[in-house]
Amino acid sequence: MTVYASHSTAAPRPLLLDIRNLQVRFYTPEGTVYAVNDISYKVHEGEVVAVVGESGCGKSVSMMAVLGLIPRPPGEIAGGEALFMGRDLLRLPEDDMQSVRGGDIAMVFQDPMTSLNPVLSVRRQMTESLRRHANMSPEQARDRAVELLELVGIPDAARRLGDYPHQFSGGMRQRVMIAMMLACNPSLLIADEPTTALDVTIQAQIVELVTRMREKLGMALIWITHDLGVVAGLAERVIVMYAGMIVEEADVDSLFDRPRHPYTLALLGALPRVDRRRDSRLNSIPGAPPNLLVEPRGCPFAPRCEYVIERCRVERPPLMPVSPTQRSACWVLAGGEGNN
Amino acid sequence: MATVDTPITLATGADALAPPLTFRQMAWRRFRRHRMAMAGAVILILLFVYAFGGGLIFTAERANFTDTSARLQGPSAAHPFGTDTVGRDVLARTIQGGRISLMIGLMAAVLEIVIGVVVGAVAGYYGGVVDSLLMRLTEAMLIIPSLFLLIVAARLVGGSVTWIIIIFALTSWMYVARIVRAEFLSLKENEFILAARSIGTPTSQIIFRHILPNSMAPIVVSATLAVATAILSEAYISFLGMGVQPPTATWGNMLDGSYNYIESAPWLWIFPGLLILLTVLSINFVGDGLRDALDPRSRNV
Amino acid sequence: MINDERPTSNGEPLVRVVELTKHFPIRQGLIFQRVTGQVRAVDGISFEIARGETLGLVGESGCGKSTAGRTLLGLYPATSGYSTIAGHHVQTATGDEWLAIRRGAQMIFQDPFASLNPRWTVNGIISEPLRVHNLVDGEAARTERVKELMALVGLDSRYINRFPHEFSGGQRQRIGIARSLASDPLFLVCDEPISALDVSIQAQVVNLLEELQDRLGLTYLFIAHDLSMVRHICDRVVVMYLGVMVESAAKDDLYEEPLHPYTQALLSAVPVPDPKLARRRKRIVLEGDVPSPINPPTGCRFHTRCPIAQPHCTTHVPVWREIDPGHWVACHEVEPKFRP
Repeated sequence: MTVYASHSTAAPRPLLLDIRNLQVRFYTPEGTVYAVNDISYKVHEGEVVAVVGESGCGKSVSMMAVLGLIPRPPGEIAGGEALFMGRDLLRLPEDDMQSVRGGDIAMVFQDPMTSLNPVLSVRRQMTESLRRHANMSPEQARDRAVELLELVGIPDAARRLGDYPHQFSGGMRQRVMIAMMLACNPSLLIADEPTTALDVTIQAQIVELVTRMREKLGMALIWITHDLGVVAGLAERVIVMYAGMIVEEADVDSLFDRPRHPYTLALLGALPRVDRRRDSRLNSIPGAPPNLLVEPRGCPFAPRCEYVIERCRVERPPLMPVSPTQRSACWVLAGGEGNN
Repeated sequence: MATVDTPITLATGADALAPPLTFRQMAWRRFRRHRMAMAGAVILILLFVYAFGGGLIFTAERANFTDTSARLQGPSAAHPFGTDTVGRDVLARTIQGGRISLMIGLMAAVLEIVIGVVVGAVAGYYGGVVDSLLMRLTEAMLIIPSLFLLIVAARLVGGSVTWIIIIFALTSWMYVARIVRAEFLSLKENEFILAARSIGTPTSQIIFRHILPNSMAPIVVSATLAVATAILSEAYISFLGMGVQPPTATWGNMLDGSYNYIESAPWLWIFPGLLILLTVLSINFVGDGLRDALDPRSRNV
Repeated sequence: MINDERPTSNGEPLVRVVELTKHFPIRQGLIFQRVTGQVRAVDGISFEIARGETLGLVGESGCGKSTAGRTLLGLYPATSGYSTIAGHHVQTATGDEWLAIRRGAQMIFQDPFASLNPRWTVNGIISEPLRVHNLVDGEAARTERVKELMALVGLDSRYINRFPHEFSGGQRQRIGIARSLASDPLFLVCDEPISALDVSIQAQVVNLLEELQDRLGLTYLFIAHDLSMVRHICDRVVVMYLGVMVESAAKDDLYEEPLHPYTQALLSAVPVPDPKLARRRKRIVLEGDVPSPINPPTGCRFHTRCPIAQPHCTTHVPVWREIDPGHWVACHEVEPKFRP
């Protein structure tokens, strides 16, 4: 298998996270939901990877599975492995997993209120994790907490340390969350739609903050989002998911310049541009994403695809390389199966 | 038109062409799957057949016929549930008493729901000062211990069935009112209410066709529980001698008469007691089942 | 129909909003409530919408754009100021005139889950305006009309007896659009109609709205925070900040030459799906959060975050001026351009 280097460095960086053939299912009263269907990708040290897709495409579920956060039942990891610094996270005992989460791997979610305890002050929540994970004295932990809050740009940090989560605005709460996550010097930060609930000006602040933090601390970043605009300004490599599968994976420039999967193409055509005059109607994608209650057969995008050929409906296309830095799961645009 | 892109698949993945289920059909399907609720419903139906069907055979005269020569006899072929202190047939009295007890339960619940829904709906929909006044009244009523209120009221107006029903309703509507108010407060903020207002739908229709049907689940559940509570309350105050006055039988006042014979003539309390227990228990199960079945967002069909 | 009853002369705007203000009182107390403050959600906004035009109303959450839409429709009582729709004075209308406004002006909502009564079938939902205004005689004719409307918005009329929860987000939004079209309105307030939908579905709904406008000659007020989509669909744009208007212009003038520092910051924060441009583009990152509308800043409301604020900005409310033909702005620091 090819090792995908980021466009900015010539030599491939050491491998950090290696997800192989991950499959996640949910057993619900309506039937089995095939949420993640055999996906594999790698993240290297210090790399910024964006996972893009619409709701229900499995982008969050796959990350939750890797972090051992899928409730079981109804969820089940039906197969695969997730090697993080050599250890398979999917088979790690819960105790070890807990020290990985909030230690080497940090997470930021869409709604910081769900990950912050509303009845404890920020000080209490931050110092507790510092003292537990980093073995600090109370005074050390407090000083470090203030330092971190200043680092993420919270004005008057020493005074605000005693505040409760609800006393912060949405953007500030997300900053607090990021500060808490940085406390233990993670080597991987997973951000799951961290700016979706925020206004654009606040979103810009958070994107800038995370980029700055990443450059400063050198951690890898997986940014899960539905917003291709955010991806363009942030990621080195992009993974596009659809119906629980990876349909395209490429460095960011190739993906936006020469998308090689019909879904990526259609998605880009469906986006209006703030920086250009309107020239035509939006290119809408007909239909809706497939029903995940049915076991996938063939290419999941086939029913909505304008390039569809017979083979697409019966045989699932694997990710096929189209260039050293780009792979696409399409029989037509990557597999050389033209239909004239 | 160009926007009809492809045949639409329903989000639930349900067979698009299968005949759609009405709301009631869906609720019924969900209810049927609730085993305890189904058992409760069957028992409840049997109890109604027992009390109202049996009433056709065992008339009130029969239930009040005293035979002093056959006092305190145990169950026998002639008197399957035995006889009481003045020789009345206990079976006939549980049937006649069941009619009165179930009627008190049902009527009190209906009245209670009506009062509670009106107060709760007005307070919740209009809000402001109206809401404040009604809710302070509700709270005032809740502070007074209801058993105490029952006893005082029963003493003042005497033990007729009608008055007992009214007293029960007047002392228990507050719970329903609070539930309905809470439902209205949250439902009226829904965008479909704003949509109805922007269409010009009259307020009465917004209340009765939009909000009320959506609050049916908690209302129906509290209604079932209200029936059970009323039957129990009737037993309480009858046991204290302030309920429906003899010779009219109710399950409650039959218990009152059996107090001195707990050991010597257990059939006097076992049968009415068992009937109360069965009724209340099965009503509670039915209420449980309805709570799940009537949730409009539940997809488990 | 409104226009049948009182035709408006040509050139007269369909919708006029004059100094419209909406304050929400903050009440305290058990029975005798005192008003302890005012949330100044909308504070004196004025604009006009021509027939067939699409006016965009943009701003961040809490700027009052949704409240403005609801107040101008008469769904919230106005604190002061007024609005007219097709010559009808909304705030003083009663009886038949009120019903005529309710027929002629409709609303499309953001949340396709909350805006449809879960206990009603599609038929019941779409036919509500028909029943309320007695537009069609008889059950059979009404069902026919509902099927027509379903076809108009691209819904298969076989689903007429289904319940909302059986549909996906995009399909529900179509149901909501069909309902709002049932009474043959002239004017639609679209309150964030696509922000709850996935990207590929957004384009479908936007194209549908455009098609309907072409076919039925509709006038739109398009309320949104997605500035890219606003540029795509609108003719003219009004930017709001903390309850007041800060800038208004034809869309390309506004997007290519934003004059107000807030508009400039807002536009620069919108992510573009183009990695090369994203790396090049300069962002104006605003400091801090939007202040509370209970106690808005004195003078220019934007001065607390404005990169070019001067001392007089904190004391003097900027005048709403026309800098270029059709380009209005409320800022002390913007100079009229010299045009030879």
